[in-house]
Amino acid sequence: MKRRFKDIVAFASGRLFLIFVNALALLIFCGLLLKAAPILQTVSLTDLLFSSVWHPMKHQFGLFPFIVSTLAVTLLAMLMAIPVCLFASIYLAEYASRRFREVSRLIIDILAGIPSVIYGLCGILVIVPFVAVVGEYLGVSTTGYSLLAGGLVLAVMVIPFIIAISVEVLRMIPGPFRESALALGATKWETVKYVVLKKAAKGLVAAVVLGFARAFGETMAVLMVVGNVAQAPSSIFDPAYPLPALIANNYGEVMSIPLYDAALMSAALILMTVVALFSLTAHYALSRLGDHND
Amino acid sequence: MNRRKLEENFFKFLMALSLGLVFLALAGIILIVLIKGLSSLSWSMIFETPKGGYYLGGEGGIANAIVGSLYLVAGATVLALIISLPVALALQKEYLGKRFADITRLVLDILWGTPSIVYGAFGFVVMVWLGLRASLLGGIIVLTLLMIPIMTRAMDEAVRLVPYELKEMAYAMGTTRFETTLAVVLRQAFPGVCTGVILAVGRGIGDAASILFTAGYTDEIPRSLFDPVASLPLAVFFQSGTPVPEVQARAFTAALILLVIVLVINIVARLLGWRFSKNIVR
Amino acid sequence: MSRIEINELCVSFGRNPVLKNISLSIPDRQIICIIGPSGCGKTTLLKSLNRLLDLNEDVSITGDVRVDGQSIYQSRLDVTALRKKVGFLPQRPYPLPMSIYDNVAFGPRIHGLDGLNALSGGKAGSPAAGAKTSRKDKDRLVEHYLTLAGLWDEVKDRLSEPAAKLSIGQQQRLALARVLSIEPEVILADEATSALDPISARLVENQFRLLKKDYTIILVTHILRQARRLGDYIVFLYMGDLVEHKPAAEFFGDPSDEKTKAYVNGDIS
Repeated sequence: MKRRFKDIVAFASGRLFLIFVNALALLIFCGLLLKAAPILQTVSLTDLLFSSVWHPMKHQFGLFPFIVSTLAVTLLAMLMAIPVCLFASIYLAEYASRRFREVSRLIIDILAGIPSVIYGLCGILVIVPFVAVVGEYLGVSTTGYSLLAGGLVLAVMVIPFIIAISVEVLRMIPGPFRESALALGATKWETVKYVVLKKAAKGLVAAVVLGFARAFGETMAVLMVVGNVAQAPSSIFDPAYPLPALIANNYGEVMSIPLYDAALMSAALILMTVVALFSLTAHYALSRLGDHND
Repeated sequence: MNRRKLEENFFKFLMALSLGLVFLALAGIILIVLIKGLSSLSWSMIFETPKGGYYLGGEGGIANAIVGSLYLVAGATVLALIISLPVALALQKEYLGKRFADITRLVLDILWGTPSIVYGAFGFVVMVWLGLRASLLGGIIVLTLLMIPIMTRAMDEAVRLVPYELKEMAYAMGTTRFETTLAVVLRQAFPGVCTGVILAVGRGIGDAASILFTAGYTDEIPRSLFDPVASLPLAVFFQSGTPVPEVQARAFTAALILLVIVLVINIVARLLGWRFSKNIVR
Repeated sequence: MSRIEINELCVSFGRNPVLKNISLSIPDRQIICIIGPSGCGKTTLLKSLNRLLDLNEDVSITGDVRVDGQSIYQSRLDVTALRKKVGFLPQRPYPLPMSIYDNVAFGPRIHGLDGLNALSGGKAGSPAAGAKTSRKDKDRLVEHYLTLAGLWDEVKDRLSEPAAKLSIGQQQRLALARVLSIEPEVILADEATSALDPISARLVENQFRLLKKDYTIILVTHILRQARRLGDYIVFLYMGDLVEHKPAAEFFGDPSDEKTKAYVNGDIS
């Protein structure tokens, strides 16, 4: 009887914690929503999302420059990261020996675990001066703190993340599929090109989408190198001001200005929603990867 | 024939190049932090708090950040463990229908992907609501939230790897679910659980955005849960932006210490995984 | 003259020996059945003949296999050319992720075959690379090989559908068409009927009988009756050893080894 009782207590407390974790996601979302809602009483949703005027003192909260900055820096990073990730993961999954793959896996995991402030620091020390030099060479006036610097740092950050997932995706494809092409006398690359990549396409896209979501919300590293000027950038050498940086830079002093915190909360809400939608799609695609019937 | 070989070699070259770039990035980061950090590393840097303000003064070190980070992560790890382990165990199919379990895993994955700045903003809202200032307690709470999904998912994977046959043997002897969980599942999944904890610690100690407004920053070592607290990632962030060389040196040292901690944590986690997996029934 | 000579071949996975000192010369243009209990190394022997074993990481191979007098384990060998000459039919079909049509056209395309040899009735010839194959020629090629594999009538109206939509029996015959399309001289078949229903299995077997006048077919099977039905020459493996090999009639009529007798009588399996 005592044993039964213990089992039931354990079951109940497990359930409790489980409900807490599920509620947490809802709580965060609703908390942000609640705090962001007041802004819509003064500013219309279209103004909030598409107006370029950002004057918190005058109650003008146009998030457009920040949204554009976020998108630009993320897309730039993905543009640079995707080819590197694709080729590196093909090598690791298809060509490398098991030993090399395991060692590389370790290195990539380490790279993925490095805190973002360290990426940011290295960005300030290396990438920002590098961008400044390149800008000078091209005859563009830039301090180096720019969209390009942010994109480069962000690319280096998401590359290990995307590679780790892509390699798993590629390794999940059963060996006999490769055999059927190889047995026809296809070279390894032909096998990759015609069979493996086709089979893995969905999973690889999911990996990229997850990488995109990760990059979209990355704060510190980008904040440190991107320049933080509140205007939509017109070239990659211009400074930009992504949403996460906006929140991080201003949240400390919002209390004095009415609605300022609501504006920043709506920025956080946008971040969370976009990232959640992207991860949802990616996880859905990845969870269905097991069946290879199409 | 020749064209096919050529194509193969061309793409192999691209692959080697890509992988080389990745390794180069890691080597570059480690090298930069080592060179910059070692040159300013000293006993006073590690054991003294900054004199005359962390942002301006010259003398002193980053003891406030080192101790602060340890406090924050220790507190958050204990809290996160208390919540994560029961959740990971409750996700077993004996306890939970597949539907609910799948939804929970999805929720956890979303939480995992949620940007840490969002945790920071949410944490701040909660603290305002509770009437808390930026403090050790606030930082611990936010870091706990950040670590829960990482820990739970890693543990869940470990628990799911326990072969059902093994549990069946225990059940066949008349044990309850709880007894089986304690005697078989936890033991079998132990290395995975440890890896999960370590990985979460690695993420937690390096995260800056979440504790930016919840933990604050100070020159002192906190004396109570309600004092603001310094941390290594924020030490890097705040002190790297100044023109004062001594202050910059502190940022570099903080980065070095942070990097070493994270590297050790990651390597230990992998080694643990490899080592323990040998003693486990497959 | 035999095309394939196996000389003191030893294969092991890690520290696990799978094939022990196999020496065998394989006769031409017949169906050779490799039989033996499961785990005796049949599939490994088969995959050692076109170097598909290379895909395993911890495999170590000593000894020699010669195809047309050329050692296939020398490092400078062009593996793709070897695999073109020695085709392989897997246990389960695993269609390439493309249409039915492209599954068959894939081999000729990568090897630059125009298939004129095949269409003019000649047996496998030298790959005639160069001249671009017209769409019409390619259509004829696909039809030709699908007919050879006994699948044409069933799929001629749905050539552009994904191959994965076919039934598994159809997929296996598609795999056969795929193998034939690269104009091989030897076909290796790894329990090619074991995943099929009896009717599809019979269809595939019949194709083998038709094909053996032009090809050497090496068939791994664990079904003794299939070996009796199809085999011209039997190779019996037991726990990695080559126990006995001789023409089918002799093998079943007058087995010399005790193990062979026991296996043929069904005392061991």
